[in-house]
Amino acid sequence: MVNFLKYKLVYFLISLTVIGIGLFSIFNWGYYYSIDFVGGTNLEYQAKKNIDQEKIKKILIREKVELNYLSINKKKILLRTKALDEKMIEGLKKRLEKDLGVSLTLLKSETVGPSISSENLKKTVIACFLAILGILIYMSFAFKGFNYALAAVLAMIHDFLVVLGSYSLISHFFRAEVDTLFITAVLTTMSFSVHDTIVIFDKIREYLQTEGQKDIEYFANKALTETMVRSLNNSMTIVFMLLALVLLGGSTIRFFAATLLIGTITGTYSSPFVATPILVWLERRKK
Amino acid sequence: MRLTKLLLIVLAVFLIIWIDLPENLKIGGLVINPLSVDFNLLGLRIKKDFRTHLGLDLKGGSHLVFEADLTKIKKEDFQDALNSARDIIEKRVNFFGVAEPIIQTIKSQDKYRISVDLPGINDVNQAVSLIGKTAQLSFKEEIKIDDPYLATTTPLISRLTQDSGVSGKHIKKASLSFDSQTGKPQVALSFNEEGKRLFAQATKRNLQKPLAIWLDDILLSAPIVQTEINDGNAVITGNFTVNEAKKLAISINSGALPLPIKLIEQKNIGPTLGKSEVKRSVFAGVVGLLAVLLFMILYYGRLGFIANLTLIIYGLISFAIFRIIPVVLTLSGIAGFILSIGMAVDSNILIFERIREELRKGKDFEIAVQLGFGRAIDAIKDANITTLTVAFILFNPLNWEFLPQFGMVRGFALTLAIGVATSLFTGVVITKRLIKFFYKIP
Repeated sequence: MVNFLKYKLVYFLISLTVIGIGLFSIFNWGYYYSIDFVGGTNLEYQAKKNIDQEKIKKILIREKVELNYLSINKKKILLRTKALDEKMIEGLKKRLEKDLGVSLTLLKSETVGPSISSENLKKTVIACFLAILGILIYMSFAFKGFNYALAAVLAMIHDFLVVLGSYSLISHFFRAEVDTLFITAVLTTMSFSVHDTIVIFDKIREYLQTEGQKDIEYFANKALTETMVRSLNNSMTIVFMLLALVLLGGSTIRFFAATLLIGTITGTYSSPFVATPILVWLERRKK
Repeated sequence: MRLTKLLLIVLAVFLIIWIDLPENLKIGGLVINPLSVDFNLLGLRIKKDFRTHLGLDLKGGSHLVFEADLTKIKKEDFQDALNSARDIIEKRVNFFGVAEPIIQTIKSQDKYRISVDLPGINDVNQAVSLIGKTAQLSFKEEIKIDDPYLATTTPLISRLTQDSGVSGKHIKKASLSFDSQTGKPQVALSFNEEGKRLFAQATKRNLQKPLAIWLDDILLSAPIVQTEINDGNAVITGNFTVNEAKKLAISINSGALPLPIKLIEQKNIGPTLGKSEVKRSVFAGVVGLLAVLLFMILYYGRLGFIANLTLIIYGLISFAIFRIIPVVLTLSGIAGFILSIGMAVDSNILIFERIREELRKGKDFEIAVQLGFGRAIDAIKDANITTLTVAFILFNPLNWEFLPQFGMVRGFALTLAIGVATSLFTGVVITKRLIKFFYKIP
């Protein structure tokens, strides 16, 4: 048996550092929000020849179109502007074609009002709280103790913060945007986190039932020793999948897969090193 | 008893594989397609094609959101009005020839919206103009044609174009009713005060002549006026089924509701972008899957082989379920599915670790298998029930307004739930059978 819990201070410091860096990033750099959140118009054109970025900027300033983002890649022009209506999109294309002297093909035009997203976001947050409540109730019932549920949920919040913070870093350095896929990834992380924690808690519950009253820390260490291989193996399979998606998958889901990868790692880490120490602490305090 | 069980299993496997077949599979000149059913069961027509339904992002097309202008409608009628508008849009989209449009009403706070997903449609402007048109119900009478030759050769449908002055805005309500004598379904109309007066005049003018009821450019019916009607009620008879009469009533109701809608969101996705993304993601998924399979065999040996077999069965069953429901597959949905494959292995790893644990204690393999399953079940059950709870809340099956109602989160929750539920079955039941089979445990 390995005395994992001897180093709980180390685990605590690791978590604190990771979350600390994440929070620093959130407060300093924040996120790039996708059009789902800020609202506006995304336009993507295919041009026949190479175009100077500055020229486009000048045209847009003259046309009084507020530009948020502009990139040109392989003759593909990607624009994000303040919300435009259909007529303005049509007009803008004609203006660009005329002034640049190139014919453009509109590949993509997306218009989203920000109101839609803030409503959805609010609803998703409500759904999260409901889900947490559901987990608390179910686990209190299944483990006959509120402390198990509380420890699992606290570990989940830990993972939530880790993912949120890391994404801010990814967002800052790689220009990943917060979009609906990101929300999905966060939600998956949260459910995976609890899933993983339950497996360890189940072991502790089993020892308590079969071996009678001994110190909770003893059982916790025993459970961690027994489940460590399972935890690592299980996460390994998910990591293989996600790594393949990050490295080889399409660009649309690359950041999504990366977020899930971070979620899987922190979810796996938090079960033995966050949830279990918290459970031991909570159970000891009871006495 | 054993034979019937075996037969049932063989049948189930056969069905699942049939449903899972790729479309237009060619084997030696023979083209095989996935199962499709079309038959009558107690008067109910069951028609189903088990095909993969790709979402907008994979197939390309348009996503439109309209906001309804409800300023002229009473508050208690909001939902009805919106539903009628939805139905009318669906009808129009069907006329437009779109396969599997998804049309949903969205209510958020005090705003009422309708979202229209049109996979495979690239000419949005045409779709927008078609959908945005307000339906107009009108009553028309025969044009008087003086030329006797023209009067007999012009088909009735093109003669019934003279405006009678009565239109959809004069109708208070249309509803399904039944003929008191024949019991046949029909559509009952009731006019408002002005409509009552106009309709009486129109019927008086057209005694023993047809009075046509048009919805936009479609002739709904052209009943012959038998008597002057001045009580403001009328019926549309015809050889309707209950369903047709109901639909007609809905159409008239929606036509009678001048509900202007305004396009507020429009997304256009080119199918080529989808294709390359899908190809790469599928390739990535296959690579990831092979890595998982290899890992399981290297680490668990023979048990790993069994786990891999279970995993393949898991994949086949989930895919069949996707086609049966049908789940519209989007990129995030596929990602969720790929992820759930990773999670499905979890049940097996849990069980195998438990079996190993029992083996370490010096138990017989047979007993270790029994105990291992028994012990692992608790953890698997609790872990999966919590995940299902989360999926349930995210999917929002009761369509609660305060929970997310948007497709992406829902699609993900659905694939997650199917994945977890299927893995509960394959990971526990099928793994156990396979172990017993391969290790020859009675």
